[in-house]
Amino acid sequence: MKLKKGIPVIDQGNNLGFWGGKFGGNFVPETLKKPIEDLEILFNKLKKDKKFIAERDRHFKNWIGTPTRFIKLENLTKYVGGAQIWSKVVSDANGGAHKIYNATVHCLLAKRSGKKIICGDTGAGYAGKMLSMAAKKFGLKCKIFMGAKDIERQQPNVRAMKKNGAEVIPVYSGSQTLVDAVSECMRFWVANCDTTAMCVGSTVGPAVFVRICGWSTSQISRELKFQLINEFGSIPKKLKLYNCVGGGSSSFGFWNEFMDYDKKQCEFIGVEAGGPKKSKRHAAPLTYGSKIGILHGAAQYVNQNSDGQIEETESISAGLDYPGISPLHCFLKDTKRARYTAASDEDALNAYKLVTKYEKLRPSLEPSHAFSVAIKEAKKMSKNTIVVVNSCGDAYKDKKILEKRLGKKYV
Amino acid sequence: MFNPIDLAFKKAKEENRPALLTYTVAGDNTKKQSLVILNAISKHADILELGVPHNTPVADGSQIQTSSYRAIKNGIKTEDVFWIVKKYKKNKNSKPIILMGYYNMIFQYGKKKFLEKCKKVGVNGLIVVDFPWPENKSFLKECKRKSIYLIQLLSPTTSNERLKKIIKNSHPMNYFISMLSTTGGKLKVSPKKIMLNYFKIKKINPKKNVVIGFGITEKSIKSLNKADGLVVGSAICKEITNSIQKRQNPVTNVANLVKKLKYKIL
Repeated sequence: MKLKKGIPVIDQGNNLGFWGGKFGGNFVPETLKKPIEDLEILFNKLKKDKKFIAERDRHFKNWIGTPTRFIKLENLTKYVGGAQIWSKVVSDANGGAHKIYNATVHCLLAKRSGKKIICGDTGAGYAGKMLSMAAKKFGLKCKIFMGAKDIERQQPNVRAMKKNGAEVIPVYSGSQTLVDAVSECMRFWVANCDTTAMCVGSTVGPAVFVRICGWSTSQISRELKFQLINEFGSIPKKLKLYNCVGGGSSSFGFWNEFMDYDKKQCEFIGVEAGGPKKSKRHAAPLTYGSKIGILHGAAQYVNQNSDGQIEETESISAGLDYPGISPLHCFLKDTKRARYTAASDEDALNAYKLVTKYEKLRPSLEPSHAFSVAIKEAKKMSKNTIVVVNSCGDAYKDKKILEKRLGKKYV
Repeated sequence: MFNPIDLAFKKAKEENRPALLTYTVAGDNTKKQSLVILNAISKHADILELGVPHNTPVADGSQIQTSSYRAIKNGIKTEDVFWIVKKYKKNKNSKPIILMGYYNMIFQYGKKKFLEKCKKVGVNGLIVVDFPWPENKSFLKECKRKSIYLIQLLSPTTSNERLKKIIKNSHPMNYFISMLSTTGGKLKVSPKKIMLNYFKIKKINPKKNVVIGFGITEKSIKSLNKADGLVVGSAICKEITNSIQKRQNPVTNVANLVKKLKYKIL
């Protein structure tokens, strides 16, 4: 299995949509074959269309707000006493997280295809909130599927979705989290694909959704590359890019533009959700060596039992609480381009405490996982090493959990 | 290749009626009970589909989901599904069995091993909901070698060109999804429209049997009786759920329902 240079990773799948010959694909009911093929044709055409790209960039710039900040965390760097720690503050983006890029592109595609309704899944509620914002902006009706457990623990985002006029449909099946929300959303699309467009909230799902999402979030690394050159004159000799990985949309977007650099120069570190320290459950299929299986239309490493039933996950962060992982990350793992590890719930909470103590930055529980590993590893690195952590979400949505786990003073 | 599925269609045609196909979930509501149900409906149904329960079913509506979760909660494993088929096939009046499920269950069991086991216990056909053409091309051949039909699904969204390709490469039985829906949806298209689509498909190769499924109930079954076969699934799963809730015997209730369904298409 080999990563090719000079070709975007999203376009390195084979004719059936498999990366490295085995990750991804289109394991979908027959009814979805046609709408997926239609979407593929449209996307392949538009991603080469200069007018469409200009339209995308205009919305990214004027509405989402680009670029998001790239800042040095001076105090944290001093405290840690190793590598320089920087952050790409993607939570600056309109709505407060990277999910806005994918949501915007999906709405633009839906408009082009003449669809009036768009449906989507959400875990932490960011994908849903952003889709509801974009749908409102582009005049589409919006339906969001969300696990009942997630609705309970991510209320601020639920309120935002409703305020934007979206219908939030609670999903009570299975573990009542993201995995069930994605299943229910796909079922809704099966029954309504003639009138409705679907937005998969991460780089997961049938191959075309993986590609569209990766293409959209790559905005993050396009900006970062420019900002790094601006700051250091060139891409630093030792660059470490830390990102949390749930489905894998923010990390892929954070790394994409640096793919062709040697990993000795630009190392990618993906941090999965290890779950509570005392629990055997986790949401870290790459770190803990889960077997390859099929989930939501794609072959990927996925938490499952020996029979093939998808296993329930456990994580303090709803956005990482997913048993599978993007086929793109499976590919990056097996080609050894990226390194994956996990942080526990407790690790993430401690990192959140540290970051908020030293900096004016409030990363949500998802990027707190990445901060945890970055801080630990930065200690042992030289001062000329540049560590960048993608702060891809804001902690506002985690208010309830933070209050419960850390007390009022941390909220 | 010889397959008793062909005989089931032939017999129904001689009686001038569509074949009746039922769908129940293996292990619903227990391993033994689902076997008793198969035996009880054998008299009335022509072909029995047996669902291999999976916990992320992207094409099933709430009725079949409920049945599947119930079976999984009761500890059903793929090995148990084979046990049920093996026991059922000992019944002298047994009918052809089609296993229906999702690809991950086969993938984890091992494709080759799965087919060998199917052959050994007497499975006659397979429907793999999320493993469409052309992804299933090589699996189609492997099934053929074992004289097991891999039944292709055809949908109202399947383009003409694609229909032709699928049917050309298909085994002698295919499955037409009546409408855009998950299983058990309300019939939102008129039976007339469904039959119009159906005959368009039949025309491509009249020799291949095509059954219709999704949304078929006691009420609608008669209006579709010009098809080669009709599948009732969710309505049966619902009957099991209702029986459990009312503390009635699911076996007799399901057998009665299937008997009534059969009567409607005679």
